[in-house]
Amino acid sequence: MGLVFLAIGVWAFGYWLNHKLANGSMRDTRAVKLAVPAIFGITIIVMWELLVRGLEVPSVILPPPSAIAVKFAQSLDILWVDFVQTFVKGALSGYIIGCGSAFIVAILIDRSPFLQQGLLPVGNFIAALPIVGTAPILVMWFGFDWQSKAAVVVAMVFFPMLVNTVQGLAATDQMQRDQIDTWSASYWQALIKLRLPAAMPAVFNGLKIATTLALIGAIVAEFFGSPIKGMGFRISTEVGKLGLDMVWAEITVAALAGSAFYGTVAMIEKGMTFWHPSQRK
Amino acid sequence: MRSLLPILTVVTVLVALWYVAAIGMNSKWANDQATRAGVELSTSDLVADTWSQDRPRLPAPHQVAAELWKTTGAMVLQGKAMSKRSLIFHGWITLSATMLGFIIGTSAGILLAVGIVHSRAMDMSVMPWAIASQTIPILAIAPMIIVVLNSIGMQGLIPKAMISAYLSFFPVVVGMVKGLRSPTSDQLDLLRTYSTNINATFWKLRLPSSMPYLFTSLKIGMAASLVGAIVGELPTGAIRGLGARMLTGSYYGQTIQIWSALFAAAILAAVMVGAIGMIERATLKRMGMGGWVWFSLP
Repeated sequence: MGLVFLAIGVWAFGYWLNHKLANGSMRDTRAVKLAVPAIFGITIIVMWELLVRGLEVPSVILPPPSAIAVKFAQSLDILWVDFVQTFVKGALSGYIIGCGSAFIVAILIDRSPFLQQGLLPVGNFIAALPIVGTAPILVMWFGFDWQSKAAVVVAMVFFPMLVNTVQGLAATDQMQRDQIDTWSASYWQALIKLRLPAAMPAVFNGLKIATTLALIGAIVAEFFGSPIKGMGFRISTEVGKLGLDMVWAEITVAALAGSAFYGTVAMIEKGMTFWHPSQRK
Repeated sequence: MRSLLPILTVVTVLVALWYVAAIGMNSKWANDQATRAGVELSTSDLVADTWSQDRPRLPAPHQVAAELWKTTGAMVLQGKAMSKRSLIFHGWITLSATMLGFIIGTSAGILLAVGIVHSRAMDMSVMPWAIASQTIPILAIAPMIIVVLNSIGMQGLIPKAMISAYLSFFPVVVGMVKGLRSPTSDQLDLLRTYSTNINATFWKLRLPSSMPYLFTSLKIGMAASLVGAIVGELPTGAIRGLGARMLTGSYYGQTIQIWSALFAAAILAAVMVGAIGMIERATLKRMGMGGWVWFSLP
């Protein structure tokens, strides 16, 4: 019971500390802005540890964070193999193929207002559908290895990316287009010098949405069949064996990979669209 | 409605492509069968065969449509709408988990957003995590939730609803915080000159101006909830629900069954998101904000 009271004490202390920091005189400094969520996260993890130990929750229901960390450190080699299989081979290749082809298709249909009017609503509609459901079909077509996962990822990222790029290419206003016309720019010159740069914020928005979708697609597709490696495979088999510490270790990897993927795209965006109001201080 | 013609054209082209693809993907099986039987297939025979196989690699659209009708409309006509072979039954299982999860997730999300807007400490602690959580493939924990809840005796609806709730929670938090903060400083200053208290500011200004944001995040949350419920049906041995139909279909190579379950899920998603869109239009119109959301498809 002592540990439970300690957990409540930790919560109260964390709350008090964050309350002080968030309403104190330093509240707009960078350090406090980073410290407050960090304190919140640490408080949650410490409470999780204390409550699980204090209430003696069986590890087949919820393992304590320390056990997960130990498992993580012990099975780095397995986690790495799974990461390569799911993220590098499945998610990343599908992401590049899907986003790349959507970008090219968007530029092609951009020349025809008729196609745009038809494809935008259809694309928006498809983007809201549960595309993960195509996973069993694509696993059947492309086999158990990473090719089928990449195919699911392509299906998931294509339409969000297409819709965003098409909207981005329409982001210039009449004045800007008239200006470039008075310089008698050709279609390609106008595209490369004016409309593509103007489309970049929307394009990156699509790319950022697609990062999460790519990882979800690759992991869920493995639930429908995979070789004996991969994050989704490991999660579903370890859940069956009640090895929940391993499952949490995989989830940690998935979370780190997802955030790092998103962060990388966001950093590239910052470098390429520094001129856009949303990036200015 | 001027975009009706382009939309129809695009849809027609997609269906036509689908038929062509069906010929390509199923012709190997058709040719193998013909060689084994020792007959030569003419082109028209080949096409007819690829569009009517029992277990095609890619079923033709009319086969999927026929299967959809056979498992929904036809069963209703026979009075067996809730039979285990009926997609209405499986769709209802999935829909009930989705709806329960969606209601839990969105209410919790709205409550947290209200807390975040009114408490600086909560804002600074929780908000970065809520945003970061959108970059994480949360769906990966679905099998674990199902099995863990199963081991403490919870089965059926609740575990799936938990996954749905979890998936719809964060989009609603982020959207609603944005919405509740959308009043301009002019509007907030005006209320301050009336010496309005926090409560009245919330009900009279913040909540009404958050409505467009609320509906946008409800649509995202609904789509996410449905995906959560479908994936939540996979690990439990797949007995009932649209996800289960997909999994058993993939075990037994029943491609037509997978496709019809997929389309049922898509129709469900479209109807639910469309319903939210209609409520959105009606609400915003009554509030005098209706003009600009006209024709915002999901």
